[in-house]
Amino acid sequence: MTALLSLSEVEVRFGGEDTANAVDRVDLDVHRGEIFGIVGESGCGKSTLANAIMGLLPDSAHVSGSARLDDREILGIGEKELRALRGDELSMVFQDASASLDPTWSVGDQIAETIRAHRTISGRKAKSRAIALMEEVGIPDAAGRYGDAPHRLSGGMRQRIVIAAALANQPKLLLADEPTTALDVTIQAQVLQLIRRLRDDHGTTVVLITHDLGVVAETCDRVGVMYAGQLVEVAATADLFAAPRHPYTRALLAASPSVRTESRRLATIPGQVPGPAEQVPGCRFQPRCPRRVEQCSVTPARVPLGLTSAACWNPEPLPAAVAEGLR
Amino acid sequence: MTATAVAPPVARRRSPRASTRLTIGGAVLLGVLVLIAIAAPLLAPHDPETVIADQVLGAPSMEHPFGSDALGRDVLSRVMYGLRVSLLVALSSVVISTAIAVPLGLLAGYFGGWVDTTVSRVLDMILVLPALLLAITFIAILGPGSAVAALAIAVIYLPILARVMRSSTLVVTRNDYVLGARARGAGHLRILTSHVAPNALGPVIVQASILSAFALQLEAALSFLGLGTQPPTPSLGGMLSEGRDVLNQAPWVEIFPGLAIVLAVLSFTLLGEGLRRAFDPRGVAS
Amino acid sequence: MSSRLQFVLRRLLLTIPVLFVMSIIVFLIIRLVPGDPVRTMLGFRATDENVEQVRRELGLDQSWLTQYLDWAGGLLRGDLGTDIVSRADLGELLAQRLPVTFELAGLAMLLAVLIGVPLGVRAATGGKWTKRLTEGFVVFGVSIPDFWLGIMLVLVFAATLAIFPPSGYLPFAVDPIENLRYVALPVLTLAIGEAAYILRTTRSAVASVMNRPFVSFLRAKGLSERRIVGGHALRNAAPAIVTVIGIQVGVLLGGAIIVETLFALPGVGRMVVTAINQRNYPTVQVGVLAIAAIFILVSLLTDLIVGWLDPRVSDGAAT
Repeated sequence: MTALLSLSEVEVRFGGEDTANAVDRVDLDVHRGEIFGIVGESGCGKSTLANAIMGLLPDSAHVSGSARLDDREILGIGEKELRALRGDELSMVFQDASASLDPTWSVGDQIAETIRAHRTISGRKAKSRAIALMEEVGIPDAAGRYGDAPHRLSGGMRQRIVIAAALANQPKLLLADEPTTALDVTIQAQVLQLIRRLRDDHGTTVVLITHDLGVVAETCDRVGVMYAGQLVEVAATADLFAAPRHPYTRALLAASPSVRTESRRLATIPGQVPGPAEQVPGCRFQPRCPRRVEQCSVTPARVPLGLTSAACWNPEPLPAAVAEGLR
Repeated sequence: MTATAVAPPVARRRSPRASTRLTIGGAVLLGVLVLIAIAAPLLAPHDPETVIADQVLGAPSMEHPFGSDALGRDVLSRVMYGLRVSLLVALSSVVISTAIAVPLGLLAGYFGGWVDTTVSRVLDMILVLPALLLAITFIAILGPGSAVAALAIAVIYLPILARVMRSSTLVVTRNDYVLGARARGAGHLRILTSHVAPNALGPVIVQASILSAFALQLEAALSFLGLGTQPPTPSLGGMLSEGRDVLNQAPWVEIFPGLAIVLAVLSFTLLGEGLRRAFDPRGVAS
Repeated sequence: MSSRLQFVLRRLLLTIPVLFVMSIIVFLIIRLVPGDPVRTMLGFRATDENVEQVRRELGLDQSWLTQYLDWAGGLLRGDLGTDIVSRADLGELLAQRLPVTFELAGLAMLLAVLIGVPLGVRAATGGKWTKRLTEGFVVFGVSIPDFWLGIMLVLVFAATLAIFPPSGYLPFAVDPIENLRYVALPVLTLAIGEAAYILRTTRSAVASVMNRPFVSFLRAKGLSERRIVGGHALRNAAPAIVTVIGIQVGVLLGGAIIVETLFALPGVGRMVVTAINQRNYPTVQVGVLAIAAIFILVSLLTDLIVGWLDPRVSDGAAT
């Protein structure tokens, strides 16, 4: 498998030299056709990373490193090139669909608009293409709802419209930033199912950003864990749940109600996430880490550790059952 | 979390220092103008109403720095006295209006229900007419003059100030310390005077200082139309009206009173804007 | 019935009590004059017979209810009464005066919108210098009283450069070019202050829309900033801008009273001011009535336009 999106040493910093990086030296390959989850607590930099890839960060953000989409550099390119890319090869869906749609435009026109921003196509054709897209994402009576204002649709339907608009030009990569967080649980499942189906039908690569390990377990092929701007562990979803190697991943799994693995009681992680003004040298988790060693003040590189790859000097031991299976 | 949420929200707001500078600038300018107005009898080089025949439309000179008008009166002295009348009318109109609006808004916001409905509906009636037209209507009934002009301006601002007081009372009333006072069995009057009113006044004071700028313009406009301060008492608006016919020969008769109005309006605007940014960042009073 | 139609009907019905309150205020003008209004009107040299005759003519000898019903009935039939000084029919007088005020206020608002909206958009989206320059224009426009601005314009363009006449009026039908030369300075005087308010509103409305999350999604769809501002931000800011324009029509009508007096334009505003100074109450009433009615109708129109622009308003949904 080849990488569709390849990130290397991506860093984002808001403010002066003395502030900590919001995204800290992230290296990552996202494979063609997979759904890759990025999971972490709020404020860990996962949304900032997605916005950096899209070139949507405010001018005050300092972005460095490299991001290649299909072997083409997309970080630090001109606004015009970026615009041609966005909504065409590269798309993004945001957390709150109600807030993602212009309340004064009809939902159908907002899909057609994306098409016409990138293709020379007549208004009528754009409209019929938009209706087809609405049908594909599961809007009943798509032609009849084309002219409806967003507030006339339910939250789940609005998120489907947003997805249709993002996929209108069949992008290679879809970044979905907490696409289901604002929705009811049942609707959430439907939207995730839709994203999976669209990937299966069109081969669209998806990066799904979420704080919910349940969503990851249900949807993603592989997953990356972020803590305080650092990508600490990457693995196939099942492997990550079965054999987390980074102490943070393990603590996160233990603290998650939906995928509780070992103990009956929900664990909490002692201490607090460092703020943007706090400079933690090396691994940012070390002040809270039960397995801290001296080397931790030097940033560890992410290295393959059996099933996963983790950035840790003193990784968790492989559970016996898993180790047995590996042999 | 989206890109906009990442950027610290504080950076977008103006720094508190900018608002302090505005407030101080406005306050100093206003202080100087008020001082000139109060001390006009001491500062004015000439009597503002004395007619000097050989000084008709005299150009600015050492003797008459702002020149003299069609009747040979000293323009500088008249501007000083005019400022006095204009500031007095503008300030008293805002004070009268605030004095009536505060209790009305307080009662409407605190008790709600039919009290609120009645007060709001009655005040809404005032807004049926455009402001200047309402003032003119008032003057049409009571006859022209400084006092009537002050009263007319006060009536115009009543609904605006009462509304601001009402909404800030609503906000304050929901606070725990008010509920706490009520739970301790304090009477309405005590709660209103010692808990609600002092905390709800901020936005009203901000709004009142912003409205003072408009009151000053309105007073000048009414006097310009001959409906406010009556001659021979000098008023800034009245001077502009008298000088209109001699504009070509003696522009100084028009320029200096107008500049005085602009400066006074500016001082209130700066003060109001500064106070608003300092005390009311969420903009209840706008 | 569609919710839109319901919205329009509800708003139309709401106008009726407003018109009623306005008619009461105008009706009371003459009745609330301290002392004897007819005596005040005619002056102390008028004979008692004369006073009684005018009193009867105005119906002031009857009960207030009868007076109001007669007066309001007359208005509805188009009978506005007679000018006490010139004995002219007030309906005809108003018909001569209204077009002047309409021309002045209409052109001024048009110019103000043409200046204020584009500059406001620039101010919201532009760089530091655009922001400073437009802020300067706002402070200038808001702080300078319009009558003084008018005088200064006369000083520059009429007295010194002699491009425009300092005062007076010729109807458009008589000589279109001369008409425009006469109204140029009055229109400019009114428009500058209005433009400042419209600029300020447009700036804050567009700036707040540009901070909303859907703008990020528009960028993510690959739209140009130009299209985002022109097609979406301005469209979303339109209800706020139209609302302020509607409110500013009231201010503009007040300004027209001053500017008509300053430039000796024969409009309704000048008619009212002259009539007040002559204690000519019936004419004051008709003038106030006309200006207030325009204001109320413009408010109605504004609300309908806002309802049409923002589907959430006419659908009755929370905004």
